[in-house]
Amino acid sequence: MSRYRINITKVLLSLLFLFILSSNNSVFAADGEALFKANCSNCHKPDADYTGPALKGWSTREPSKDWVYKWIANPSQMIATDEYAKGLFAKYKPTVMTAFPNLKKEEIDAILKYVDDYTPPAATAASSTGGTESEGDNSMLYGILTLILALIAMILLQVNSNLRKLSDDKEGVHRGEPVPFYRNKTYIMAGILVMATVGGYYVINGAIGLGRQQKYQPVQPIYYSHKVHAGTNQISCLYCHGSAQDSKHAGIPSVNVCMNCHMAIKEYKGDPIVKEDGKVLDATAEIQKLYSYAGWNPETKQYNPDNNNDGVPDGARPISWVKIHNLPDHVYFNHSQHIKVGKQQCQTCHGNIQEMPEVYQFSNLSMGWCINCHRESKVDFYNKESGEGNKFYSIYEKFHQDIKDHKLDSVTVEKIGGTECQKCHY
Amino acid sequence: MSNKKYWQNFGELKQSDAYLQSAENEFKEDLLPVEELSKEGLFEGKTPRRDFLKYLGFSTAAATIAASCEMPVRNAIPYLQKPENVTPGVANYYASTYINGGDAISVVVKQRDGRPIKIEGNELSSITKGGTNAQAQASVLDLYDTTRLRHPLQKDGNDFKEVTTFDAFDSMVTTALAGIGTKPVVLLTSTINSPSTQQIINSFLAKYPGSRHVQYDAVSYGGMLLANEACYGKKAIPSYHFNNAKTIVSLSADFLGTWLSPVEFSKQYSTNRKVTSEKPELSRHFQFESMLSLTGSNADDRYTHKPSETGKVAMALLAKLGGAVAAPSIADAKLKEGIDKAAAALMSTKGASLVVCGSNDLNVQVVVNAINELIGANGTTINWAITNNTRKGVDAEMVQLAADLNAGSIGALLIYNCNPVYTYAEGKKFGEAISKAGVSISFNGTMDETTEQCKYVIPSHHWLESWGDAEPKSGYVSFMQPTINPLFKTRAFQTSLIKWTSNAGSAAAMPSLDSTVKANSTPVISASAAGNDYESFFKSYWTAFLGGGESYNKAIQDGIVEKEIAPAAAVFNNSSLLTATQKLAASKSGETELVLYQKVSLGNGNQANNPWLQELPDPISKVTWDNYAMVSPEMAKSLIGIDIMHNQREADAYEVTPEKPVVKITMNGKTIELPVLILPGLNNNTVAVALGYGRASADEKNSLDRVGKSATGAGKNAYPLVSFDGASFSYAAVVTVEKTNSTYPLAQTQVHGSSEARPVIYETSLSSYLKNPEALLEEPNSERISLLAEGKNDFVTEGTIYPNFEKPGIKWGMSIDLNTCTGCSACVVACTAENNVSVVGKTQVQKAHEMHWLRIDRYFTGDVKNPDVVFQPMMCQHCDNAPCENVCPVAATNHSSEGLNQMTYNRCIGTRYCANNCPFKVRRFNWLDFTGSDSFKDNQEPLRGTQLDEAVFQMNDDLTRMVLNPDVTVRSRGVIEKCSFCVQRLQESKLEAKKHQDPSMVRNVKTACMQACPTNAISFGNVNDKESEVSKLRKDKTRNFYVLEQLHVLPNVSYLAKIRNTDRHVGIAEEKEETTHG
Repeated sequence: MSRYRINITKVLLSLLFLFILSSNNSVFAADGEALFKANCSNCHKPDADYTGPALKGWSTREPSKDWVYKWIANPSQMIATDEYAKGLFAKYKPTVMTAFPNLKKEEIDAILKYVDDYTPPAATAASSTGGTESEGDNSMLYGILTLILALIAMILLQVNSNLRKLSDDKEGVHRGEPVPFYRNKTYIMAGILVMATVGGYYVINGAIGLGRQQKYQPVQPIYYSHKVHAGTNQISCLYCHGSAQDSKHAGIPSVNVCMNCHMAIKEYKGDPIVKEDGKVLDATAEIQKLYSYAGWNPETKQYNPDNNNDGVPDGARPISWVKIHNLPDHVYFNHSQHIKVGKQQCQTCHGNIQEMPEVYQFSNLSMGWCINCHRESKVDFYNKESGEGNKFYSIYEKFHQDIKDHKLDSVTVEKIGGTECQKCHY
Repeated sequence: MSNKKYWQNFGELKQSDAYLQSAENEFKEDLLPVEELSKEGLFEGKTPRRDFLKYLGFSTAAATIAASCEMPVRNAIPYLQKPENVTPGVANYYASTYINGGDAISVVVKQRDGRPIKIEGNELSSITKGGTNAQAQASVLDLYDTTRLRHPLQKDGNDFKEVTTFDAFDSMVTTALAGIGTKPVVLLTSTINSPSTQQIINSFLAKYPGSRHVQYDAVSYGGMLLANEACYGKKAIPSYHFNNAKTIVSLSADFLGTWLSPVEFSKQYSTNRKVTSEKPELSRHFQFESMLSLTGSNADDRYTHKPSETGKVAMALLAKLGGAVAAPSIADAKLKEGIDKAAAALMSTKGASLVVCGSNDLNVQVVVNAINELIGANGTTINWAITNNTRKGVDAEMVQLAADLNAGSIGALLIYNCNPVYTYAEGKKFGEAISKAGVSISFNGTMDETTEQCKYVIPSHHWLESWGDAEPKSGYVSFMQPTINPLFKTRAFQTSLIKWTSNAGSAAAMPSLDSTVKANSTPVISASAAGNDYESFFKSYWTAFLGGGESYNKAIQDGIVEKEIAPAAAVFNNSSLLTATQKLAASKSGETELVLYQKVSLGNGNQANNPWLQELPDPISKVTWDNYAMVSPEMAKSLIGIDIMHNQREADAYEVTPEKPVVKITMNGKTIELPVLILPGLNNNTVAVALGYGRASADEKNSLDRVGKSATGAGKNAYPLVSFDGASFSYAAVVTVEKTNSTYPLAQTQVHGSSEARPVIYETSLSSYLKNPEALLEEPNSERISLLAEGKNDFVTEGTIYPNFEKPGIKWGMSIDLNTCTGCSACVVACTAENNVSVVGKTQVQKAHEMHWLRIDRYFTGDVKNPDVVFQPMMCQHCDNAPCENVCPVAATNHSSEGLNQMTYNRCIGTRYCANNCPFKVRRFNWLDFTGSDSFKDNQEPLRGTQLDEAVFQMNDDLTRMVLNPDVTVRSRGVIEKCSFCVQRLQESKLEAKKHQDPSMVRNVKTACMQACPTNAISFGNVNDKESEVSKLRKDKTRNFYVLEQLHVLPNVSYLAKIRNTDRHVGIAEEKEETTHG
């Protein structure tokens, strides 16, 4: 876990470094990156074909910059009228590019500049993968050392008692036969104590863990790799789990959301995906499964007709995913509270999901784990002078005064009632 | 001390031993139910060692298996194509209209993941202004009623068989209708005030010459319609403006509970019942009645008389006001004095006075019309420019139909939304005669008493599944839109009529909207042009009136279209007055008279299978699940020989056990046997019986499946005691009552939460309040000060040894105005719906196991024979220094930094220490697995029939459980629960405010009880916010008090003391008077 954290820090640091280096000439490019990620990146990559074509080098292919403006504003009209556009459509059909009539010319310019200047960040990423040794090893070492020391102590005690017996014998003091250590009451008592402590520890921990499912990684109806989607292809989490910012549920995307991209992406061409059992996954076959659920015919590139009049293509049915993160019924958890108000990253609770081929439960989702975070996390407290922070917190007069008086340096979730029972149980 | 002045029952009044013992023992059960296990009891009984070991082994093994089973694999199934406006986990709200017979209440339906789960009032409606009643709140449960019919049916011998397609049904019906020859088709419905439906009905009737539409109301206002026809030439009911009335005299009209349009009237009435220090004014309300009604219990002055004397009282009032009638002699001096006072008050506020009358006697209503002329009500408090369309049934038409049906001269009978076999006095005969009609079709949604007599059944949608409109007042249209796809194979009643009418285009009936701009010519909308179903007809109909798509969409979104019409008078014609008074003078009376009334819970009995309504305690009698014969203590003495006022032994025997003696009421050879409930405030010659109970299928063994698990066995049907006087149905009669030897248990909640002689209510009269506002709360204030050590003055921080905890951000608080709380109980049902409160059934209510988080305590005070009534909503007070929190051994209940007393179910181990230590008795314990949520499957079954009633199983059906609020935990056996201030709503509002970075947004939060309240008696908000409603209300130091404040529990619920506009001495004034006299 800690290794991931260090990796992220390194990547961030190097990105920051790159950014500073290039910032003197790339005010537009910086905007362009944000615009690109917000609008284009779900279907386009700068340097590789995706749902749509690679954008880098557009100027060598497209007829003119004006053509690009028109195309972005209304692609379907262009397909109907323009020859070059017809060609594009033929290559990528049936997907038609989404129209972005609201993008201004300057913004389009910024995006184009960004894709032109784009260099893959592979080199920096690679350099950071070395990593350090896990800290977990130390405790092992201590354990072994303790064991060895305990053994030595025992041997020494035994030697000591033997020597005393010898010296006693020499001096003529009669002490009787020495009791072997396994019948020595001190040893037995000590042994029982140690066993009760260790046994009790494991029993109680086991009992606490009943009903918890950390590392739960069920087999899903489709081998869906978050690593490929969120990692390699950098699809924003909210593209599929959009309701995470509106609702208590993060939401599992409906099949039509998958088909937005997979109408065009028929096969998997990336690095081989090795499954948990060591076999290499036939990822293209998994995409075929999706088509079956969606009622899509990849040959004709069309949905099946709706002959049985149920409003959906014949054969289409929802996917029955296995739910991984299960909270007890008496717990109220709201994603939007954490994402939108708390400004948390998905990874805080779900781990580095962009590196998980199939998702497993990263956190133990125990109450102690929730409470811990609520104790440590700081809310986006309102600063009356600068006007920064969430204005909702302006009503906490007492804390504002305490901050002013330097009695308090920040306000944690706990301070505003984040560890009270009815925050989550009602 | 005020403690002796407020009493809930006779035992409390007399402080009898049995009462004190029962009040002391809040949990009446033994600690362990060992007596049930072995007859010897715990100490004498032998438990063999082997048995002990067996039980021990079994429980260990069971616990191990239950705990260590593998976690179940759960699936998450997303949509195939997600609808755009549905986000799982986020509720949507749709405006619609609750319809029950002619009643129409504009509502907003909360829909969560496609399921309607809660009804709220629509604040855009200027009729109800966001108010609702108990029935509207409960109607969401009817959507998931297990007795709803699931497909069209056709009679097959004694049973029914399914008709598989609508087309097959249509062809069957059209063939049958073609074969009736020249006999007429009769469409029998409840009052129809939907303009679009009316047009469809007109087209349908046009196709069958000689056919007619009979509107029939279970509880009729026909007498009023006829009286208005005689006096004003309009067979209609005007709209009333209680908000313009400074003096209101009601002659047995329960206008706050069940009369005509109670939600609207409550809203209007409450505007003049709010007293503020800036505007210390109150309307004056007189009530003359025979029984103790909800409205009567809110009156400033109340007088009782025999039911047959209603006409006399009206005439005396008219005479006193100077009307041209001879004043009848009134023997009762008090009543006479009351009439004089009422007349004087009416005259003193001439032009702002109103007299309403609940009698269905044409002659009485004529006299009342004459009175309203004299006091200048016509055109001011009575508005003839807008008619009230909620009741249109003319009783003679129904009687004629019954006769025709019996004579076999009806070709086809189509029944929609009414149940005459149950509600008509001669219902049984009517039911038998239905078979004499060639064709009989029922559109009712359940297999009720009438439907089971019909040949064809095509169930209509529930209102939550329907398109529709209603015009409860002319010019005020309220729209319905479906909030869920039809659950079953049902079809709108209107669609069926359209299908059976072939292309009969006719001029569209014009809704009384502003028609000058909307349409210069009456649009002709034919059924065929508009599409072949009601949905498209509805759309084209309203598009024609409202104009294009945008305004249509807005109308549907708002749920209403309204037009302001200035009040106007109608020309009064007094020609009928003379005959009316002559007839009234000749009316006969008897020694014992019966009055039939409706309860706020069940109303006319249409929703009888709704367990929420059945378990709702009647605000006056506090009885659940039954109707009964209500009598006064004096009458009880002569009738059943129980002298409850003077013979303590008899009183205790009567009051402490649920078993009540049964009497037989006989009227013209018809009898009904009912348990006796003794209640003060009734006229001594009157027996009052509620309608709406005693639903039963013709074949008793079908009752559970057909009328339902909750309706079956609940009370007796009193409709057969309705009589027809030649013009209208009469709900009062001369009867004989005799005692029987049997008893019957009543589940009464009245003594379940006793304050044990601690004062909880403060009350005074308006005149004393104006004289000295401080005197009202002098007693609690001085007591509070006296509790403080010398030199200290802050009661909150210095009156206790406990530390004071700050509430840094929000501090939630509630304020309840005892002046405007009418006791209507809409809040109780709203709370039940919002918080998944379980239904426990009659057997458990008898044991004081009801689970309501919010109860309305009813206190009597003053004259024992005609007491004043005070209602006090009582729920968890969220004490900042809560006694319950200190005694919980597992900290399952504790305090939040926002002032909430938090209850954590999963921590609770069920010691009930908290409930024992709660001075307000608001904590409820789950004695049994009421919700079926325990981990062991089917563990309710062994208790079926003995401990758990069928209604509990009705609530636990998979269909019914769809009504549960997914944001609130369903509690299991063995935990305490109580009001949470709707914490799920508070958290949601805080989240919204944080998302929008606007702290003022939490001002929008409303608890379920507050939202439901038709009189705005409940306010809720952040006390730390000086701009919030509740902070403003608490500034009124002369009326703001906290219950049991002297205990230093620091409640977060405050009450505003009650003020009555009366000359009598009430509340504190009364006590003072008594102390000075000795």
